[in-house]
Amino acid sequence: MSTDNSAQDLTVRDGASLPDRFENPGLPPHQQRMADVDPAASKRAERQVVALFAISVIGTIGFLVAYFALRPGESVESMRLSNVALGLSLFLAMFGIGAAAVHWAKTIMSDHEQQEARHPQRSDAEVRAGAVETLRIGAQESGVGRRGVLKGAVVSAVALVPLTFAVPLIGQVGGDWNVSKFRHTLWERGRRLVRDPSGEPIKASEVTIGSVYHVIPDGLREADHWIEEKAKAVVLMVRLDPRDLKESEERAGWSYDGIVAYSKICTHVGCPVALYEQQTHHLLCPCHQSTFDMADGARVVFGPASRPLPQLPITVDDEGYLVAQSDFTEPIGPSYWERLK
Amino acid sequence: MSTVNRAAGGTADYLDQRTGIGLAVKNFARKIFPDHWSFLLGEIALYSFVILIITGFFLTMFFVPSMGLITYEGPLASMDGVEMSEAFASTLVLSFEVTGGLLMRQIHHWAALLFMASIVTHMMRVFFTGAFRKPREINWLVGFVLMILGLAAGFTGYSLPDDVLSGNGLRITDGVVKSIPVVGSYMSYFVFGGEFPGEHIIPRLFTLHILVIPGLILALVGLHLFLVVLHKHTHFPGPGRTERNVVGFPLFPVYVAKAGGFFFVVFSVLALMGGTMTINPVWNYGPYDPSPVSAGAQPDWYMLFLEGALRLMPGAGTEWVVAGYTLSLNVLVPAVIVPGLLFTVLALYPFVEAWASGDKREHHVLDRPRNAPTRTASGVAILTAFGVLLAAGTNDLIATHFGVSINDITRVLRVLLFVAPVVAFITTKRLCLGLQRKDRELVLHGHETGRIVRFADGEYIEVHRPLDEYERWLRVHHQPVRPLELLPAEDERGVRRKGYRRDAFRARVSRFFFEDRVEPVTPTELAAAQSHGAHDALSAPEHGDSTLVEAVANIKPEHGGMPTGEVTRGPATPRH
Amino acid sequence: MKAIAARRHHRLAPLLLLALALALTGALYAVLAPSASGTTTASDEDVEAGKALFQANCATCHGTDAEGREGAPSLIGVGAASVDFQVSTGRMPMQVNGPQAAAKPPQFDREQTDQLAAYVASLGSGPAIPTADQVDPAQGDAANGMALFRTNCAMCHGAIGAGGALSEGKYAPNLADSTPTEIYEAMLTGPQSMPVFNDANISPEEKRDIIAFLDEQRAGSPGGTSLGSIGPVGEAVWVWVVGMGLLIASAVWIGAKSS
Repeated sequence: MSTDNSAQDLTVRDGASLPDRFENPGLPPHQQRMADVDPAASKRAERQVVALFAISVIGTIGFLVAYFALRPGESVESMRLSNVALGLSLFLAMFGIGAAAVHWAKTIMSDHEQQEARHPQRSDAEVRAGAVETLRIGAQESGVGRRGVLKGAVVSAVALVPLTFAVPLIGQVGGDWNVSKFRHTLWERGRRLVRDPSGEPIKASEVTIGSVYHVIPDGLREADHWIEEKAKAVVLMVRLDPRDLKESEERAGWSYDGIVAYSKICTHVGCPVALYEQQTHHLLCPCHQSTFDMADGARVVFGPASRPLPQLPITVDDEGYLVAQSDFTEPIGPSYWERLK
Repeated sequence: MSTVNRAAGGTADYLDQRTGIGLAVKNFARKIFPDHWSFLLGEIALYSFVILIITGFFLTMFFVPSMGLITYEGPLASMDGVEMSEAFASTLVLSFEVTGGLLMRQIHHWAALLFMASIVTHMMRVFFTGAFRKPREINWLVGFVLMILGLAAGFTGYSLPDDVLSGNGLRITDGVVKSIPVVGSYMSYFVFGGEFPGEHIIPRLFTLHILVIPGLILALVGLHLFLVVLHKHTHFPGPGRTERNVVGFPLFPVYVAKAGGFFFVVFSVLALMGGTMTINPVWNYGPYDPSPVSAGAQPDWYMLFLEGALRLMPGAGTEWVVAGYTLSLNVLVPAVIVPGLLFTVLALYPFVEAWASGDKREHHVLDRPRNAPTRTASGVAILTAFGVLLAAGTNDLIATHFGVSINDITRVLRVLLFVAPVVAFITTKRLCLGLQRKDRELVLHGHETGRIVRFADGEYIEVHRPLDEYERWLRVHHQPVRPLELLPAEDERGVRRKGYRRDAFRARVSRFFFEDRVEPVTPTELAAAQSHGAHDALSAPEHGDSTLVEAVANIKPEHGGMPTGEVTRGPATPRH
Repeated sequence: MKAIAARRHHRLAPLLLLALALALTGALYAVLAPSASGTTTASDEDVEAGKALFQANCATCHGTDAEGREGAPSLIGVGAASVDFQVSTGRMPMQVNGPQAAAKPPQFDREQTDQLAAYVASLGSGPAIPTADQVDPAQGDAANGMALFRTNCAMCHGAIGAGGALSEGKYAPNLADSTPTEIYEAMLTGPQSMPVFNDANISPEEKRDIIAFLDEQRAGSPGGTSLGSIGPVGEAVWVWVVGMGLLIASAVWIGAKSS
């Protein structure tokens, strides 16, 4: 080690060896506080503690006054006034007690540091031997070691009995456990696209280029479990300049005059993707920033999503209102294990 | 006064005859607790929890955990006549129409954030000071489980008002659950009682939030505190403090006053926040509806790292289809694997370090973080990764507040997630070793006094004041752990030893932890340093100024060429 | 509002007065602040003056006949509302190229803006500047406005219009300082990244409801300071800075030895 030479030097010179380590010098001498030596300071500290407790009392009274005098009322201002008044008086009521107690402990109570001995956590050998012996006697008296069948019976009974709780719970906690519901939404041939939340149908001619419509299926509110259906069926519809629109061949008939409709539920973890940037045709998810290109099959251009948003095939009915051609052709929303099965 | 005394005596006698409480009082009332501000961090968590229970009780008196739809009528124009769930409506009622209800709600939510903040800070204190070492590993695990339960409590409570923000949080949870291979879809049904959102989730979360989770927390807090009392609190190194004692102040009266007072201080700070600072204004977000979402969609801070991980993960090519089944790595990796890894490392750290050091002794004197460079650096690296994930979780706000592109932020953070922890590790470790060397320097050569003296022959030196023994002890008390030595692969008869590969691995891990270290100054070294000073002092009269003798006795080592605490590397002498 | 007087005025008279005073201030503000320009029919002189201003300030990018150039759209048929929005918020004329044109102090006064709007409106029919009546928050239904805002606007502008990030450095601005007229015009014309919300998508009454909702936000938060209304991240920062900050300071005080 690097220190060897100098250590040898020193030993040689002094002719006496030094310990390997320093000794713990023990507690430093106690420093007297002002309140310990000066009776006036002690008296002052006591007055301060009393004053702090008094502040708490004032706070409590203030809280009660605020409670009776300042009801939240009908306006934002009166609600705020009530909240602030109650909060500040509660602050005083609590802070007074807290500060008083701490100040008391610090200035008046003894501040002589004290020691307490620690003992190893381990029990000593005799106690351990006693414990082992106790267990051995118990096991022997029960006879559990000799009777194999008994052991098996205990284990099987205790292992089986939780089923009485688990089976009914697991049987019913997931509703009907029919996970194939993920595949279907309310959309079907001829169902009108209506505005969310008003439910008014949309004429294709009214959709101008650069518009974005938040769409739900017509008759949503009449459906059973309409909130669950809405959670799957929400659609975002935009109209693009047909020159900007790139469509694959198999989806050629899915848009109408530049109007395209895509599921609003992100294929990442299911947030509603809704930030439509009109100039770039990009649709951004505010939760995790997956970005989809609405002009190009809702292809993922950035972020954690892997798949394009499912497209809803649309057309118009006899009155010129936008309708669905069918349900989505794939499950909407985030991926799951048996999605493609 | 005497009446009071008589009454107290009577009660004590009554209780003692029936419970023998006298023994407990005798043993515990004067129990010694050490004093340090960082030992109060856990108390902040404890008190936040008590305040959560008090305010939470108030809230349950008015909250209706139902997803049934009603039309709300109330003072706020934007909410008047709106259809919403009873859970949301009752949240509005208890905020706007129950006097003090909004205060209680805001205190409750601030306390929840503070609960997690103080748990994490407390955990950091325990980690960086090595307080998790034997015999406290079990209590570290109890604390770890408490942190997980705290996350669960926060998450279940956050979702209760059934607003758009927390509803989208639940929807993200649903998406994450669905990504779990094989059972994902069924787990989603398990959680929601059918398809998302269903009408069961709020009542279920309510039961978890007000009964199951607080019950578990309460039980584990009891165990946590019991173990603290059993082990006696650790104390920081210092003169008079050893592994065999605990130095501090008695529980009664000093800690009753200080800790009791601190409860009220915590409550007062939360009252101040609840009274003046809006938190979770659900009336801004509106009742849950599966269609809308708002910018700034983030969870509470303790979940933000998960949000950040989800945002950072690139999606392209990370959804695999294996034999027709879909594996969403873009969700699984950030939402399941990253936190799983982070939490496993945290939970197991004490055991890994104990295994690497081979140390079986009890430790009651804390480490100064600088004296455990690899541990400190590992902790800082983990915190750095956590910080990068937090930044990723707030990337949209960073973008708007600093005028940068959200896409650029995400790309930079993707790289930083891997680079920053490494840089932080190396920097911190160097910093710790540097600080230790500074300690050595200080012990050997004393404080610089700023006094420059000139000898008759023209030589200038600065006068150094030596450390007193109390100051010195803090800097020389520690015993650096040395890496485990690997026994040879073959025994003396040339037979290959069983378990050699495992030992070799263990030795490698041990070297990673303990190879770089700075040994504390030994009395010999100090004597040597001072003898060089004395050498100068002896020659000082030759300079013709005898008044300088004492001051010059502690000069810097430049003259002497003393070893200045080189970092020791390589195998070391076996210990114990 | 009526209920409070009937039930509680005997106890809360001073407060009610205070509340009324505040409400009155709010109402006066609401009436006076917007100062909507109205749609006085433009005279030929205005169109001529507007044309001169256009040639001097806008033609470099948008072309001498407003037919548009590369990077600058054609203004034929965009209407007076679009010009009024872009010019009165200072977004146009644009001074520096960036991800998007930022709002800044307007370069033209009210009259010049109206003249420019009149000139562009004369090039082809487009949305007109809304009347004071159309943007009057007092006539809107804030609850319906909130529902519409939540579905159509909150994803970009935040739950109550505090703004938010878009891709590649673009952003949705904070609406706190936007006048009702500007809000209306923005919905109608879809400036920059913002989609168009024509009257078939969000009817004029619904637009007014949205304005009423945003106007209601000016009263602030019932819970105290709003902390910028940016959601849980703001709260996260404050719990660490104020909560942990104050408590660690207290802990240091408790742990320190008294002098």
